[in-house]
Amino acid sequence: MRLLVLFFTFLLASVAHADRIFVSNERSNTVTVIDGSTWEVLTEFPAGLRPRGITVSPDGSKLYVCASDDNLVRVFDTSSYEELFTLPSGPDPELFVLEPNGRRLYIANEDDNLVTVVDTQTKEVLAEVPVGVEPEGMAISPNARIVVNTSETTNMAHFIDTETNTIKYNMLVDQRPRYAEYTSDGTRLFVTAEIGGTVSVFDIDGDGAPTEVGKISFQVAGVQPEWLQPVGAKVTSDGQWLFVALGPSNRVAVVDAKTLEVEKYILVGERVWQLAFTPGEEYLLTTNGNTNDITVIDVASQEAVRSIPVGQQPWGVIVAPGIN
Amino acid sequence: MMRSVLSVILACVASIAGAADVNTAIIRVEYPQLAPISRFEEKTADLAFAGADLATQDNQTTGQFLGHNFKTIHVAAEPADVVSAAAELRAEGIEIIVVSARADELLAIADAAQDALILNAGAADTALRGAECRANVLHLTPSDAMRADAVAQFSVWKKWTRWFLVRGSNPADIQLAEEYKRAAKKFGVNVVEEREILDTGGSRRADTGHVLVQKQIPVLVQNPKRHDVVIAADASDVFAPYLPFHLWDPRPVLGSAGLRPVSFNPATESWGGTQFQTRFEKLSGRYVTEADYDAWLALRAVGEAVVRTGSADPSDLRTFMLSDDFELAAFKGQPVTFRKWNGQMRQPILLYDGRINASVSPQEGFLHPVSPLDTLGADEPETDCKAFGE
Repeated sequence: MRLLVLFFTFLLASVAHADRIFVSNERSNTVTVIDGSTWEVLTEFPAGLRPRGITVSPDGSKLYVCASDDNLVRVFDTSSYEELFTLPSGPDPELFVLEPNGRRLYIANEDDNLVTVVDTQTKEVLAEVPVGVEPEGMAISPNARIVVNTSETTNMAHFIDTETNTIKYNMLVDQRPRYAEYTSDGTRLFVTAEIGGTVSVFDIDGDGAPTEVGKISFQVAGVQPEWLQPVGAKVTSDGQWLFVALGPSNRVAVVDAKTLEVEKYILVGERVWQLAFTPGEEYLLTTNGNTNDITVIDVASQEAVRSIPVGQQPWGVIVAPGIN
Repeated sequence: MMRSVLSVILACVASIAGAADVNTAIIRVEYPQLAPISRFEEKTADLAFAGADLATQDNQTTGQFLGHNFKTIHVAAEPADVVSAAAELRAEGIEIIVVSARADELLAIADAAQDALILNAGAADTALRGAECRANVLHLTPSDAMRADAVAQFSVWKKWTRWFLVRGSNPADIQLAEEYKRAAKKFGVNVVEEREILDTGGSRRADTGHVLVQKQIPVLVQNPKRHDVVIAADASDVFAPYLPFHLWDPRPVLGSAGLRPVSFNPATESWGGTQFQTRFEKLSGRYVTEADYDAWLALRAVGEAVVRTGSADPSDLRTFMLSDDFELAAFKGQPVTFRKWNGQMRQPILLYDGRINASVSPQEGFLHPVSPLDTLGADEPETDCKAFGE
């Protein structure tokens, strides 16, 4: 009888599976796993040296982590948290973006001024694309034809043609571009500039060519403008709201992604870095590097609703959708 | 149709017109001098040059996307030869020169090459930004006034408002002590006592030098008035590093030893600093120095101005660098810019104990109508510089 109960419990656990939140902790060399329905911390597992960029495969089964100081990408099973294999990444991988079909991974190599293209199935390096100094932000157009990389010291967004693996367009942006984010229809691109304190907005035409259409700046009464440093950014899939993490100002800005007006600032933990939506975009999660926690923001009400302690210096966050 | 063809052509022309060949040089002046107190500070053959090379490498990586070409040549010159070295560079068509030198040689070069853009990457003398300023010189190195203010602000933040000032006997030490006295006044600090340690040219680092030091220094600083901290003004590098553990009364030391105000150091990893350190160490095989960072900053400022203007003309670049449109990320957490009234780069000052940054000035709460960075050093209303009339 007891065995039977155990068996059913096991069955239930493995079938009805809540969303799992994965947070890379840059300083404790771990990934924290959080249950997306109870907000409980399930575990924290070793993830290699200096884990930063983090993403999941489209089917939610694999977790990819940039282990920056191991100079490779570690791939884990999102259920068992076991390491499945590693991928070559080139030196000091910081951020990456996975092709929507899950095949090719585009990795920014911060120390070598390269974007490395890796096949996640054959585990081979397909190409190395020379870009500007200190490549960081990575985004891919929804049709997978263009990969955008931002280079922090060159202050450019490089638009890489994914067929030829060569740069098609270069756009200057403000100082220290950190992150790039396309709208889900691919017609608009946002590029954050940490030291410049701005977000450059580009309209993207049918060929993927960018035209700068505006620049978003931030101001908060009582906060020195120097602390309003845009880092991570996420836009809702309806293209209406852009959320921008403002680093040491401990705030997330809510921007009308159409009018480019800043509507609100949400106070979160300290040194807010990267953002991720839960699968239905009900919640936005923020990593707070100095308070070692994540903040959960209710997207509809645009309010911070809770914070959850994680490892040391949380950097990136991603959610693997649950199985119902 | 015609119109779109025309606009395509114009776009091409615009990008071609933007391509520039940027030929620069760095002059490092070689002074006869004693070995430093600490062998950690011995000068390397590529001092300052390596920083310039890293900037040129960074600029070139960026420039390749816009058709710009950056080159930097190295010149190591004796103090007596700086004018001819500058003339040779001018004859080769080089109009942008980084100078890693002391004040006299910097001014000699600036006055001999008045049509060139001179970038001061080494001389901290406040007067070079004041009465002795030159229109063709921009200063990357923070002035002694900025450094003294950085220390004073931190000291006030800590409520350490009674200073025991210990200075050397050479003119540069006396000048540095003046900076600290001025900073004390500016921020409401009380210099309770000032004492001189005479430079007798004694044994500094001999086999048993420490025995002598251990006996002499406490005697020189005994029975001071009640104070919170000791401020060391030792521009000549004669005694300051010995102060922290040879004082009569145990107190923290700031200034030329203990907690030092610097433009950069190899420990800085915040604000993307790790990437700068990694790039520099890969290129040079050693840790970065202030001389390297200042030279890097000089040529990165030039590179940024070239990228944004598409010009390599020193006068265009100077105009842009002094404008509101110029800003640069410099691994210090906020954009650095130039002061229009004297060409000094505004920047945070790191307070470094030799292993970590204990703090960074400006400190919280020191307010300014334009930028908190302008609480460090001479501000516009108090400047003696007349060469930067707008």
